[in-house]
Amino acid sequence: MSNDIKIKKGLDIKLVGEAEKSTENAASSAIYTIRPEDFHGILPRLIAKEGTKVKAGETIFFNKNIEEMKFVSPVAGEVVAVERGERRRIMAVRIKADAQQETVDHGALNVASADAETIKTRLLASGGWVFIKQRPYDVIANPEKTPKAIFVSGYASAPLAADYDYVLQGKEKQMQAAIDALSKLTTGKVHVSVGSAKSPMANLTGVAIHKVSGPHPVGNVGTQINKIDPVNKGETVWTITPQDLVILGDLFLTGKFNPERIIALAGSEVKKPRYFKTKIGADVASVIYNEGVTKGANVRVISGNVLTGRKVSAENGSLDYYNNMITVIPEGNHYELFGWNKPITDKVSTSRAMTFSWLSPNKKYKLSTNTNGEHRAFVLTGIYEEVFPLDMFPMQVLKSCMYKDLDEMEALGMYEVAPEDFALTEFVCVSKQPHQQIIREGLDLMIKEIG
Amino acid sequence: MGLFDKLHKINDKYKGTKLAPLFNGFHTFLFTPNEVTHGGTHVKAADDLKRTMNTVIMSLVPCLIFGMFNAGYQHYLALGDIEAVEGFFSAAFWSWDNLVMGIIKVLPLVIVSYVVGLAIEFLFAVIKGHEIEEGYLVTGMLVPLIVPVDLPLWMLAVAVAFGVVIGKEVFGGTGMNILNPALTIRAFLFFAYPTWMSGDKVWVHGAVENAQQMAAGKNVDAISGETILGSLAQGHEVHYSVADMFFGFIPGSIGETSTLLIALAALFLIFSKIGSWRIMFSAVVGALVMGLIFNSVVDAGWITEGSKFYTLMSTEFWHHLLIGGFAFGVVFMATDPVTASQTNKGKWIYGFLIGFISILIRVFNPAYPEGVMLAILLMNVFAPTIDHYVVQGNVKKRMKRLKAKTA
Repeated sequence: MSNDIKIKKGLDIKLVGEAEKSTENAASSAIYTIRPEDFHGILPRLIAKEGTKVKAGETIFFNKNIEEMKFVSPVAGEVVAVERGERRRIMAVRIKADAQQETVDHGALNVASADAETIKTRLLASGGWVFIKQRPYDVIANPEKTPKAIFVSGYASAPLAADYDYVLQGKEKQMQAAIDALSKLTTGKVHVSVGSAKSPMANLTGVAIHKVSGPHPVGNVGTQINKIDPVNKGETVWTITPQDLVILGDLFLTGKFNPERIIALAGSEVKKPRYFKTKIGADVASVIYNEGVTKGANVRVISGNVLTGRKVSAENGSLDYYNNMITVIPEGNHYELFGWNKPITDKVSTSRAMTFSWLSPNKKYKLSTNTNGEHRAFVLTGIYEEVFPLDMFPMQVLKSCMYKDLDEMEALGMYEVAPEDFALTEFVCVSKQPHQQIIREGLDLMIKEIG
Repeated sequence: MGLFDKLHKINDKYKGTKLAPLFNGFHTFLFTPNEVTHGGTHVKAADDLKRTMNTVIMSLVPCLIFGMFNAGYQHYLALGDIEAVEGFFSAAFWSWDNLVMGIIKVLPLVIVSYVVGLAIEFLFAVIKGHEIEEGYLVTGMLVPLIVPVDLPLWMLAVAVAFGVVIGKEVFGGTGMNILNPALTIRAFLFFAYPTWMSGDKVWVHGAVENAQQMAAGKNVDAISGETILGSLAQGHEVHYSVADMFFGFIPGSIGETSTLLIALAALFLIFSKIGSWRIMFSAVVGALVMGLIFNSVVDAGWITEGSKFYTLMSTEFWHHLLIGGFAFGVVFMATDPVTASQTNKGKWIYGFLIGFISILIRVFNPAYPEGVMLAILLMNVFAPTIDHYVVQGNVKKRMKRLKAKTA
């Protein structure tokens, strides 16, 4: 083990409702949903119109700008609805699953002998490519660019996150195949970080293993890139999550797109938090009600973790393409008398201004979605730096995004960041500014202006 | 909860109207809103700006109360009604008479400061359609604590109006201003009405009136209300002990005198992580360094007793922390996050220079023997420059990394 990463800056938000390490098969979902919104910046061209029968792994839509990039269906079935939003933008494609599942077979690919071009073409055509993301800009990787390195974070530090050591058990073969293939696509190394030597990823070969420790966001791949090999102007790195490595591995080994993954159902509003085996795009309703959430309860269902996830409807919301957890926390839509000056013991705070979470660092909290105050201009300084381990100035970066100074954004390090890197600063922000949105809009502006 | 529900309904009724910020301002004073997150993080930390500002106000309250007692104490002491006290808990200081006199003199200042300042804030919030920001809650408390007790109320009102409009609102409100609003207000008073802001009459209630009566030929005993700095600048003998200075039994602006209470407030602010310990610490270091430089200049014999700077320069370096408004300025004004340096490294430089320049101005400014206000305002202006160079350090590192790669 070389190149350990240890950070001190950060914050572990300890929440009630960690998933117990037991896995159940989720009730099979009747409808599976793909939302183009999950693939940021992609303009979809729909192939499978309403009424079309598709196999699992068959193309639903492709990327208008890079036509080889296909987005495939997780199940075999019929496209029953294409929901559109403003200016006919596709919001969701809903697929009704067939009883008999049939999967497109691309044929196994021997990654040891295949060349880079073959691997790339296979990934693009089979829908596996979309799991590879790139920095700068935190979007799906551009196949025309060669990355200087590929990063995989095998340690999840986000609140209540699914434990990779648990969900990846027995998937070593798939991950190794995917790593072997991906390492042919980069000029540099594939960096894999693990929490401990017990991780199923610790024994992968052909990679640089980094042992990471410290508070969240040490598990964020952005933190690790910044510490291992930061992105410079003109450079590209790719990132992929371990559970998506498994999907790629299956693609190479069996030739089939296998959207199965083990997800965590967690959060204070879940009666029995635990793991489920389900598929990408499955209805959250197929998971959350069985010894989980009370129907009609005043709760927030999140596809993802509480810091970066997406709010989904309990009724027809779905697990999104990249996430491996569903979190359910109470909605906080209630007033609190003198909430701004009374002593607070039941909420997390990094200050000690009559807030007492510093007294019990190991206490688990039941946080609601209340904002605990109104949106204000930036006032306090120095609080973001405490939870921001990247070597840059978070507040200055945010401000440069707000006044859209491209030169300054570039100079301050925008090529290195993703919105999720600013999730903790957003959490602690006294002025309740939407940091992740500011960064996302900044990155989008850079894509448009610089490309 | 019937009453509360009605309140919530009234607030909802005005949502979207011009007066919404007004109602919301009062409503959020009572309740944290029922707003939930959407997009971004789904949970948020407990702190908001109101809590932050409230923490500062709480730390100011002991200074305010002490200031009230001291206003009465200085008045009766100057009249010769009471004897000078020794210990911090002397009954002669903490007496009803002193407090009543203090309340009569100080409370109107507090009320005028808040009423005028908040009225302007509300007005701007309604006109510009933004929420009422909490910044003035602290400013409004600071202002009465940094003015002389006998300041006419109309002057304070004019200065507050000037400070809030020119010092803050023209820049876009809380969070956007360059100069500390409370000090802008004080600087306005200082330059517009200098006779009411310095000299040996304004610091003790009754001294001005007394001087006028003497001038009119009445036979009364003269009251002197000279501050320690005033005495030192004039080369007079100082008849206060170090304990007096530390406890705060000295004339001066209302809230600035008790170094003991200010130090306790500083500890509270540092502990609660609201005030920047970097700024406070480095400012104290800066002041001590400057004080030591002056002391050694005197020791070296370059300045002789005949010089008009001699008394201030020869003041023991650490006494500078106890006299004048230094402690108050450093703890409550220099640390204002909006106008201070925003980077941690910048805070060290910014704080050090405030301490350093404060003592420099204090010693060399013959007209007005206090430097902390001007030092902070000066450094407010330079704070963005300091930050710029600190941030450039990070930018350069990134450029170097790129060069090393491409070379």
